[in-house]
Amino acid sequence: MNPAPPLSPAGASVRAVQDPFHGDLLEVSMGPHHPSTHGVFRMIATLDGERIVRLKPVFGYLHRNHEKLGENTSYLASMPYTDRLDYLNSMTNNWAYALAVEKLAGQAVPERAEYVRIILAELTRLLNHTCLAGFLLQDTGCSGTPLMYAFREREAILDLFEALSGSRMMCNFQRFGGCRLDPSPDWLAAAARLVERYGAFLDEYEELITVNEILLARTQGVGVLPAALAVNAGVTGPMLRASGVNHDLRRVDGYGLYPRFPFRIPLGAHGDTYDRYMVRMLEMRESLGILRAALRDLPGGPVFDPKAKLRGFRPKPGEAYGRIEGPKGEIGFYLVSDGGPNPYRYRVRPPSLINLTVLEDLCLGHTVADAVIILGSIDIVLGEVDR
Amino acid sequence: MNPAAPIPDPTPSPAAPVPGISDAERAELRRQGILLTSIEELYNWGRSNSVWPLQFGLACCAIEMIAASMARFDIARFGSEVFRPSPRQADLLIVSGTVTKKMAPQVVRLWNQMPEPKYCIAMGACAISGGPFKQGYNVLKGIDRFLPVDLYIPGCPPRPEALLHGLMELQAKIRAQPLTGPAAPPHLRPGADGGECVIPDFGPHDLQPPHDPARWQPPRLIRTE
Repeated sequence: MNPAPPLSPAGASVRAVQDPFHGDLLEVSMGPHHPSTHGVFRMIATLDGERIVRLKPVFGYLHRNHEKLGENTSYLASMPYTDRLDYLNSMTNNWAYALAVEKLAGQAVPERAEYVRIILAELTRLLNHTCLAGFLLQDTGCSGTPLMYAFREREAILDLFEALSGSRMMCNFQRFGGCRLDPSPDWLAAAARLVERYGAFLDEYEELITVNEILLARTQGVGVLPAALAVNAGVTGPMLRASGVNHDLRRVDGYGLYPRFPFRIPLGAHGDTYDRYMVRMLEMRESLGILRAALRDLPGGPVFDPKAKLRGFRPKPGEAYGRIEGPKGEIGFYLVSDGGPNPYRYRVRPPSLINLTVLEDLCLGHTVADAVIILGSIDIVLGEVDR
Repeated sequence: MNPAAPIPDPTPSPAAPVPGISDAERAELRRQGILLTSIEELYNWGRSNSVWPLQFGLACCAIEMIAASMARFDIARFGSEVFRPSPRQADLLIVSGTVTKKMAPQVVRLWNQMPEPKYCIAMGACAISGGPFKQGYNVLKGIDRFLPVDLYIPGCPPRPEALLHGLMELQAKIRAQPLTGPAAPPHLRPGADGGECVIPDFGPHDLQPPHDPARWQPPRLIRTE
């Protein structure tokens, strides 16, 4: 056995590693406090010169016992907790959870509520992808400007969410059997105005940065994810489609009323960081089409099934898995009921965590600066990774 | 904010007034274009308007903290837009989110690495008390069990305006700090040490110690018979 490697003056975060096959390596611990890790995530990268030869992700710094709390609270009381899973996209989390409980209880949803859900989910997709574009470009070194543009648009969407639900981020909006509130005509007009001008923002943003030569050099060919590995690892969402796999739950499952809406599914050809960025930019334009159609065809009627039971809600024993295509991938909730007021088992299928499992494969052979961009393009939110 | 309220004086009346001059005389001099002030007031005015926070996000509240630094809320108006990635350059630790037991040692270590004078804001319900996740087995029930918190901002998450209001309250607190005597910040008291906070260990069952007994004690029932 070799003696323990000496600590560098920087302490335990940087140390020399003896490896008989590779010579002298350096182990660098990035995180949990690091500006580029999008939260409290830690990567232990082993470097040979500047290249990463090993990368060990360390999770759990934001483990908030979401599933255990879900088993100890009633079905309805878990709804606010789902807001805090992926705290950028509370509306889609709400929908996935509501869908699982509705499957469990055999609860129908009125047509207008389905439309409202689609409108809110697509607005959330715009919100998430816009923020991702800002953070990703921040990681590449465009300090400030793209993120400022992205957050300007995020505020516009958050204003809509706040006007509808009363909260900017934690909307807690869906219920089992519909939505909590009916959007007013003013709100729908404001949403339509936002949708009409959002295309101009996307044009502006893409003109600003998409064909920038430095961005192309930093992202093209970096972190290539082969389609076979993506499928085997269970990667979902825009990351999977950037590798060229045509899998979108809105098309595959056809949940809600999505089969009524025509939209195209953007696919990448290379599976690199640039494709992951571009797939999201193109998805936003498709979302705008869905939003236009949904706002135009929104039917009248109630948004909540009057026969649905919220208080004293006890579904029959059984199990259900509800999943939707969230902005980050397949967000699913698996519930087992034993007939009581609480779920017997409550399990979340978090897209961020499962997409993150391929991080080492993407980063091997690249530099630390590239690892930061690759992590940014995976689009993780630690609330969902650690739950 | 009440629009009719008068705009606050950028240099509010100090804790210790300039000796030998009344406030009325001082106001009259200011009208004539002469600013009379004390070193204490000037020093505190300077440092209260350049509070540099640590760029440190824990959970949901961090997104609102980022939003506060963006164009719409523009924390730069209060001199705090310089989010520093290194604790050595930061004056303010905003604990923005749930502190889990695995993360608590790191948060305390970051606080210990910050130079005096330093301030701590507990942002959001989780940092104050554990918030909605209080019953979780892995959640620290309030960062004030280990750190001296200067300001609590309630909300889940607090709006960016609430963070700005908290920052203004912190600025008022800094301006009221005397530079001499026992209430002065530790870096100005000769021989005084701000003191390092106890860094807990992430043990197999709980944090060791579960709280810093010098800073926090569990509430005790007082019976009046």
